[in-house]
Amino acid sequence: MLRYVIKRLFSGLLTVYFIATVTFLAMHFVPGDPITGGKARSPEIRKNLEQKYGLDKPVSVQYVIYIKNMLKGDFGISYTQQNRSVNDIIRAHFPVSATLGIFAILICTSVGIVMGSLAGVYRGRAIDKWGTFAVLIGISVPSFVFAVFGQYLITEINKFTGSTFLPVGGWGTFKHMVLPAIVLELSTLAFLTRLMRSSLLEVVNQDYIRTAKAKGLPQLRIFFSHELRNAILPVITFLGPAIAAITTGGFVVEYVFAIPGLGQYFVQAVQQLDYTVIMGLTVFYGAFLVFMVILVDIIYGLIDPRISLSKA
Amino acid sequence: MTLETTTNTNQGKPQIISLSSDDFAVAEKNTGTQVLSRPSLSYWKDAWIRLKKNKQSIVALVTVILVVLATLFGPLLYQVDPAEQVMGRVSEGPSFGKHVTVIDDSSNFKDTILEGVEASPTFEAAKLEAATTFELTQPASSQGVALKWSPVKGASGYAIYRATEKPTVVTNLGVPITEITAGNQVTYLDNYDLKEKHYFYSVIAKNVEEAPTFKTLEVRLTEGILLTDAQSIDPNAKIGDSVKIPAKPFGTDALGRDLLSRLISGGRVSLFIGFFAPFLSVLIGVAVGGISGYFGGKTDNWIMRFTDFVMALPFLLFMILFKVVFGAGPGEDGIGPMLVSLVALSWTGPTRLTRGQILQLRESEFVQASRLLGAKPLYLIFRHLLPNTLGVILVSLTFSIPSAIFTEAFLSFIGMGVAPPTASWGSMCNDGVKSFLTTPHEFIFPAAIIAIVVLAFNILGDGLRDALDPKMRSIE
Repeated sequence: MLRYVIKRLFSGLLTVYFIATVTFLAMHFVPGDPITGGKARSPEIRKNLEQKYGLDKPVSVQYVIYIKNMLKGDFGISYTQQNRSVNDIIRAHFPVSATLGIFAILICTSVGIVMGSLAGVYRGRAIDKWGTFAVLIGISVPSFVFAVFGQYLITEINKFTGSTFLPVGGWGTFKHMVLPAIVLELSTLAFLTRLMRSSLLEVVNQDYIRTAKAKGLPQLRIFFSHELRNAILPVITFLGPAIAAITTGGFVVEYVFAIPGLGQYFVQAVQQLDYTVIMGLTVFYGAFLVFMVILVDIIYGLIDPRISLSKA
Repeated sequence: MTLETTTNTNQGKPQIISLSSDDFAVAEKNTGTQVLSRPSLSYWKDAWIRLKKNKQSIVALVTVILVVLATLFGPLLYQVDPAEQVMGRVSEGPSFGKHVTVIDDSSNFKDTILEGVEASPTFEAAKLEAATTFELTQPASSQGVALKWSPVKGASGYAIYRATEKPTVVTNLGVPITEITAGNQVTYLDNYDLKEKHYFYSVIAKNVEEAPTFKTLEVRLTEGILLTDAQSIDPNAKIGDSVKIPAKPFGTDALGRDLLSRLISGGRVSLFIGFFAPFLSVLIGVAVGGISGYFGGKTDNWIMRFTDFVMALPFLLFMILFKVVFGAGPGEDGIGPMLVSLVALSWTGPTRLTRGQILQLRESEFVQASRLLGAKPLYLIFRHLLPNTLGVILVSLTFSIPSAIFTEAFLSFIGMGVAPPTASWGSMCNDGVKSFLTTPHEFIFPAAIIAIVVLAFNILGDGLRDALDPKMRSIE
């Protein structure tokens, strides 16, 4: 078990290193530079700025400094926002994205498991057919469309009731989070529902379910302690990629709902060619996702007795 | 010739059997007992028959083909320049060749300044009266509303308000349109953001403060066209004529560009990326995965380690990053960088899939038999291994097309996709969403077409999976 965890953590670190290197190389191939920034600067100022950000050194030296700083957990200072460190930006805005993401994950796993189970238990009936249809819609409609229609709907409700039922943008209270979180998790919810349904249908045909029925166990007991428990396992494996999808999907939702999350910062940084912010946020996001996937895998190993982590 | 031979029987006594040369004649071919009762079906024919039975998939297939044909041949049938801006027809809803009234160009409108009326008299605002008349000087149209009112005694100016509901109190007259700062100017031409609706104009006299009373005029706007615009359609058009304007089946956008022709040209971009990015990824994937799976060992190990790394890259994040790296210079459309970034990040899926399939097939009996018969590696790969992975790969291709279309749409929607003026469905959504509340058609049409195409591909993918790979068939 411990060996497996260490092995996974090591390969995770290697992946993060790879991400950091690719990002560094990518940023040095970008045409244009952040110092020019649309303003004509005198050679002296340019030189000073290059010195301040260490751009006067050869690329290989810059790379070593960059990796060293990263190991210390220091992502550098933003080019466009005077004297604001990338760590500062992450500290201020990541909690926003993370709160939204966790809320979205909670909604989609709980609703997805319930919906998928219902569709699986009542397969072929109306609820299954409508569920399958809803899943197809959820997969096929871009989230920004849901976002825009959601905002419109809420605006109309607000107008109708004459009070703010839910705010349609901004950040601050729990109410601000509801609509963006729902929009954010819709496509993941659709996938989860589908996964849960097919996984349940597979379990239903297993011999041990027949045994349970032959023993005369009550329906509910069979469902909860035999069918659901086994069918839920693939859903848990999907959680790793789902977290990835939801955190990176946040770009669009944060853009539409004007949420001061990290995704918006990333897009802004890319538009302004803010090297350090782009590199810092990419590595941070990358590391976050890599370790989330590892965490989910370890949890999966703990839950599923058929998988022995020590052998893997 | 007769031949005698001895065989041993269980009695131990030799027995003589006589054989004639007839006994060695070539046996007649035994026909008739093994006639195939059904025609032999190839794998693809069989799959096609199964797909045809699936009505949903056929509808999806037809939809996809129609949309593709529309984007390919649409410009031949609907010859409207997608970049042409008609300023007189901004944010129009769908229409089919309607007749509109020609009105005078706004540049020909002259304000009426009355002589003999004082421009800035001194007067108490509270004693100001409402204008006695308030009228139109030419038919009101969406191109402009020409207002004229009677001068009010003691006014040093007027304020014009516009509302969509009849105003009842002086404090609620609607949107302030203008303030006139001379008591003797009694006309105004309003052409600010007019729609073909009912409007209530109110004029209120001013002298430092506004008067306590006002005069309201109810105006129903018809659609109009400016004289110069009308003359570009029909050179003989005169003021007051009715002119038939070109149909806009999907309306126009905020810059007066035709939405249908933009949807067609945007579709070319979106579908080009949607088809080619997955196609190139699959080509690379089949090559790399094939090599990895067939040769195995160290090669396989290294290739797989590398794909694992690429797969760990957060997709959208690196998509944006790579797009910037392969950057679009000024004046470029940004389609190339988008394509390259998509391929650079999505070749790993097909690679893993192909490798897995090849690994499985490599050890299967028919491949071993072929190898035993002396088949060379290239022959094995092209004759046995690749054709047998084709079905699975085709299914994964069908599923990756909608996700490529989605990625393009997402990036263009947050302004990181194709560069204007090039249209794509995603960038059109981005343009349209800004005016969603007033002119929803600008957002709804591109959004709907994305949803329809992606839905069709998803259904088609499900159908193809069931048809091509019965083992993977989703449980019904």
